[in-house]
Amino acid sequence: MKRTLPISKRGLNFETIMWFFTRLSALAMYGFIIIGMIGALVMGARMNMNFADVMRWAFMSNSTHVQSTNIPDIAPWANAFWRLVASGFLLVASAHGVHGLVVIADDYLVKPLQRNVVRLLSIVMLVSIGLIGLYVIWTA
Amino acid sequence: MELKRNAGFFTALKYKGQGPMLTFILHRIGGLGMGIFVTTHILASFLSGDVGNFINGIYEHWLFQIFIFFCALFHGINGLRITLLDLFPSLIPHQREAIWVEWAVFIPVFSFAAFTILTTALGS
Repeated sequence: MKRTLPISKRGLNFETIMWFFTRLSALAMYGFIIIGMIGALVMGARMNMNFADVMRWAFMSNSTHVQSTNIPDIAPWANAFWRLVASGFLLVASAHGVHGLVVIADDYLVKPLQRNVVRLLSIVMLVSIGLIGLYVIWTA
Repeated sequence: MELKRNAGFFTALKYKGQGPMLTFILHRIGGLGMGIFVTTHILASFLSGDVGNFINGIYEHWLFQIFIFFCALFHGINGLRITLLDLFPSLIPHQREAIWVEWAVFIPVFSFAAFTILTTALGS
């Protein structure tokens, strides 16, 4: 039995787009983590950081995450490139995560009104956490 | 629109989904754990002061580090399996084998990390 429909016969609604986004953003986050790890090694992590510190930096390239290590000069870790990487990671991860919370809530809340409330709350949460996170990244 | 559910909560708990069901549940726990952690960690960094330091102090505890590393590592590895199998649907018949590979990667990496966290926290 052939189970795949041609593209033209598949519906393309918001849920389908978010299904695809969830997978692509997962791959993107692997990319962000690898960029953070390689960047840390290039900037001298091997002699001055333990593995836990490298992971903390790789998961969010915010300069406060290397303050407690033996890195002598924190300036290269706080430049615009790393702030942009951190901002991209934050926005991709929060969109992925907030949509994940909506998917979980949809398993338990089945009335249209309840689902609309969850969607409204999720948009409020995404926007507020995104703005607060960007503020923390760019003022650290 | 409204779903008709004919399985009660306790019946649902007895559902024997085996390996794939276990990864589904752990994926949710991991996702929720990281979602709550990241949200409150961002808020704590934003607030700083006594409240922020109190919340971030919890996150520096070795018990919490082991928990959140479990969440992140399992969610990451399981998410990679879901992504690969969804983007290459011809692999889906092998999903049980893929789950075994997943555990074969997860258990050694997590054990090593948990051992390192424990010896760093309690050893010295």
